[in-house]
Amino acid sequence: MATVQADRKTTSSLLYLDGISVSFDGFKALNELSFIVEPGEMRAIIGPNGAGKTTMMDVITGKTRPDEGDVFFEEGKYDLSKLDETEIATLGIGRKFQKPTVFEMHTVEDNLQLSLKNDRSVKATLFWQSSAEQEARIDQVLDIVRLKHLRARVAGSLSHGQKQWLEIAMLLAQDPKLLLVDEPVAGMTDVETMQTAELLREINKTKTVVVVEHDMAFVRELGVKVTCLHEGSVLAEGSIDQVSTNDRVVEVYLGR
Amino acid sequence: MMTSHPLIRLLDRGSTLFLVLLAAFAIAIPVSNLLMPEGSALHLSTYFVALFGKYVCYGLLALSIDLIWGYVGILSLGHGAFFALGGYAMGMYLMRQIGTRGVYANPILPDFMVFLNWSELPFFWYGFNSFAYAMLMVLLVPGLLAFVFGWFAFRSRVTGVYLSIITQAMTYALLLGFFRNNFGFGGNNGLTDFKDILGFNVQAEGTRNALLVTSCIALAVCFLICRAIVTSKFGKVLIGIRDAESRTRFLGYRVEAYKLFVFTVSACMAGVAGALYVPQVGIINPGEFAPGNSIEAVIWVAVGGRGTLTGAVLGAFVVNYAKTFFTSGALAPYWLFMLGGLFIGTTLFLPRGIIGTYNNWRAGHADKAEAKAAEGASAGGGASPAQPSAAE
Amino acid sequence: MGKFRDRILAIVFAIGLIVSAAGLAHAGPYEDALEKLTTDDYADTADAVTAVATSGNPMAAPLIAALQDGRLQFSAKDKKVFIKTVDDKLIDAETGKPFDGAPPDDLDAVRVNNRLRGVIDAANGALTLMAPDAAKRYESAQAVFKSRDAAVLPAVEKALEAEKIPRVKKVLTEARAAILLGADDTSPADKIAAINIIRDRGDQDSLALIESLPADTPAEVRAAATAASAQIQRNLAIWNTVQNLWYGLSLGSVLLLAAIGLAITFGVMGVINMAHGEMVMLGAYVTYVVQEIIRTRYPGLFDYSLAIALPLAFIFSAAVGIAIERSVIRFLYGRPLETLLATWGISLVLQQAVRVAFGPTNKEVGNPSWMSGAFDLGGILITYNRMWIILFTGIVFAALLAMLRFTRLGLEMRAVTQNRQMAAAVGIRTARIDALTFGLGSGIAGLAGVALSQIDNVSPNLGQGYIIDSFMVVVFGGVGNLWGTLVGALTLGIANKFLEPFAGAVLAKIAILVFIILFIQKRPRGMFALKGRAIEA
Repeated sequence: MATVQADRKTTSSLLYLDGISVSFDGFKALNELSFIVEPGEMRAIIGPNGAGKTTMMDVITGKTRPDEGDVFFEEGKYDLSKLDETEIATLGIGRKFQKPTVFEMHTVEDNLQLSLKNDRSVKATLFWQSSAEQEARIDQVLDIVRLKHLRARVAGSLSHGQKQWLEIAMLLAQDPKLLLVDEPVAGMTDVETMQTAELLREINKTKTVVVVEHDMAFVRELGVKVTCLHEGSVLAEGSIDQVSTNDRVVEVYLGR
Repeated sequence: MMTSHPLIRLLDRGSTLFLVLLAAFAIAIPVSNLLMPEGSALHLSTYFVALFGKYVCYGLLALSIDLIWGYVGILSLGHGAFFALGGYAMGMYLMRQIGTRGVYANPILPDFMVFLNWSELPFFWYGFNSFAYAMLMVLLVPGLLAFVFGWFAFRSRVTGVYLSIITQAMTYALLLGFFRNNFGFGGNNGLTDFKDILGFNVQAEGTRNALLVTSCIALAVCFLICRAIVTSKFGKVLIGIRDAESRTRFLGYRVEAYKLFVFTVSACMAGVAGALYVPQVGIINPGEFAPGNSIEAVIWVAVGGRGTLTGAVLGAFVVNYAKTFFTSGALAPYWLFMLGGLFIGTTLFLPRGIIGTYNNWRAGHADKAEAKAAEGASAGGGASPAQPSAAE
Repeated sequence: MGKFRDRILAIVFAIGLIVSAAGLAHAGPYEDALEKLTTDDYADTADAVTAVATSGNPMAAPLIAALQDGRLQFSAKDKKVFIKTVDDKLIDAETGKPFDGAPPDDLDAVRVNNRLRGVIDAANGALTLMAPDAAKRYESAQAVFKSRDAAVLPAVEKALEAEKIPRVKKVLTEARAAILLGADDTSPADKIAAINIIRDRGDQDSLALIESLPADTPAEVRAAATAASAQIQRNLAIWNTVQNLWYGLSLGSVLLLAAIGLAITFGVMGVINMAHGEMVMLGAYVTYVVQEIIRTRYPGLFDYSLAIALPLAFIFSAAVGIAIERSVIRFLYGRPLETLLATWGISLVLQQAVRVAFGPTNKEVGNPSWMSGAFDLGGILITYNRMWIILFTGIVFAALLAMLRFTRLGLEMRAVTQNRQMAAAVGIRTARIDALTFGLGSGIAGLAGVALSQIDNVSPNLGQGYIIDSFMVVVFGGVGNLWGTLVGALTLGIANKFLEPFAGAVLAKIAILVFIILFIQKRPRGMFALKGRAIEA
């Protein structure tokens, strides 16, 4: 415990993972995974299927408890392994799922209204009234993701790409400190992919972002530090050029 | 939509129509029964008054189920338990009112306790001679059970069919318990032979009409409470939970608190429905806890259209009218075929129910009209909104 | 003293036996007894009955039976006793030959009062102690043990000498010990020996016997009795546990039988079938129909009725199941709550259909001879029907496991449940597999119905009584895991039976339900749940 306390004091990172292991029925999804995200950074995470990317997201957001290891947030202030999804979300970690998950029966506006940073208690939502300030904030977020013209549309009727953007917009409306974005460009056209990269760079100006993505062109477009996962631990870390020329990465991807 | 005035949100066209119709019934039926001479074409029999009163109580039960099933996706197969508990609370008050008019003329103990050679009133019967206390219990007992049950269930994220199955087990356990004589609620026979409610004879025409009107008012009030809940931001969170529970959680909403609140409110409403039901039918017995009853109530909601509130009440009326019609004639043996067919047919062919299908059809029309008006204005639309999926 | 008297008696009886065996009509105990029957005095009659019973005369049994039925006639004048047959003919009780002459004019029935009835019962007991059928002898020895009628002692002694079968001999010894213990003139040493014999028997009756010793019992006998009683109680406690385990196993196997089909449809396919109980009910009705046909057409085949019913019930329930899957359930995949409601509707329709076809009342389904009766195993009573059901459940379970593991169909079933798309991609016809899996689950429910028809009422509501329990078992055991279902069913069955003595049947059941409700909160996926990311999706 002494070392943990020391780590918690000394780390200046926003997100700090150390020695995380998770296993499901004998299968080690994460194996002593350690990595650090600094405030204001944007990090891309790549790795073949089953490398543990989504499980890592689950651990950070409290969906899965690590069997061992430490997960700290904001310079070691919070131990995420002791908190549940709701508490972690309230701390300021927003998560976009692999499969776009928006409230299909609600309008775009309502989706954002529900996401805006507000009192989340039962009492508050029961007696809640909208305000001009809130409306303005919704407009602002919709501007960023270029969905303003769809404000009154039911989310279920949006196209796949639009849903991805709406979900990112919902993260933005939460005003989180850290955005975890799982495969944001899956199923998008090339144009949409480039627009999304631009959008994430824009967001990164004010927020810390972790992006999990398969699409190498997209990761290259982001132009940020890349971490490659394999079999539940970090295989390589560095710029996209360094990582993509790393022998072991090539081996893992091509399965030599 | 969210910017409109709360009152306008609360009373959309369907809701207003529903309340007006309910008020019309609540006025017209007593007038016809009490003021029109017997034999007149406008006269409704007291039997009908009691029947309609019963339907209104079923409507309220259906409403309470729709609130949690239609809006949060919690399919309770044990709502009959809350209904019955409310009914028992009212029944206990009515038993205490019998006083010395019982067969054994014991001023304190109800007949069945004298029969079982009990010498004193069990503690949980204390206070039920007071109407106010009994009414408090009508809300409190189902509410408390729902709260405790829900607190455990929702906190450990029991969802979907698992929740349905354990709610069914809950009402089944209560059924077994209430059948026991030493449970203190009259065992097999339940509570019956009521005389007075608030000093009025429960059999009297006037009382029956008053009970009907009270039931209508209770239904209207609960309907407005439900409308207020589902049109608020709280209601939008509920729908969010229904359609994408983990999204709601990752947005920072404490899903279990939302579920617990609305489940408890719903149980209280079911309790009120049961409490109004008992004096109108004159008996409450453990049979009300039977799992089949709870499931039957669910199908009322499905027939009328879940997630519509008005549909739930409509469904309760339609199905129960059909039941009365069938079971009172030569067709009685076929009623269960009908009911079974209703379960199958509704889920297969009318998943939105009557009101849901109507709303959808009207929305389709409106969309078409809009599309014509603004031809080609928005590309890529057209896809109909996804169907509300059962909560996973 | 006592021993001496016994010996004398034994000799007397031995002589009697020889005499009667020789068929000599000399005046012996039997003939003396006959004379007493003509006095029309209750006390004499009682003496006579006892004497007749212990006489060993072949006429003893018909005579006592006649007395019991009021068919024993006597003539005080002629000092003769006659047995009147059912068709009103007279038989000379002394010779056993039909009586040809004119009946005496003072012929009258030998009268019987309540005290005499007791004596007659005891006499019957003594008589059957010598019956040719070993099972009858065993039963009557047990009866003597319970009645402890000192009058039968001579008969017991005699039977003991003749007895060859150890099982019967043991009970006879116990019966003798019971009588000796109760007799006033038994020596303390004999009493202690008797106590030891009774202690070794070790059941509830023995305990009652030993604890009912009168207050004036000598101290050494009392000490032996106390020790024996403590030992019996320890013994009984053990047997009680074994008995509870057995009952629990029995209940557990019934639960398993009802739940195992559900474990396939709900556990493996994820289809929640509320009409599962009705598949069980249909299986029970198939048994009923098979038995009706056998009863009216081929009565000789009755013992094979269950063997005939099993395949038919499987096929019928499976066919109904497949029809349900194809017509309703397949349109509702991925919508579990709707499936639940639709199948509930199906259950109502099936129940009502059976009610219309067969009526709402319970139907009589008989036990074949090999399923009726019971036997003692140590201190517990094992009924054959429960035993066969436990065995049958084990066989069904093993067969199902083997089927899933070793057959092509089983392989395809597992493939479809694990990854539907991939299974379809490798050429498995998933729709067909769905139908077959559902049919298999339903067919097993039909088999359960055949078994349950032997222990439960066959009525349209049969299935409803099992559906909640079955779901509890599957959910408790862990969905998608047949071993979990096995452990779940046995655990719940045994827990239920161990709770019953403390709480009563209903409260035990409620306690179990509450326990499961709480358990699901703790482990929402059951005891043997699969863990992992895919499950959560």
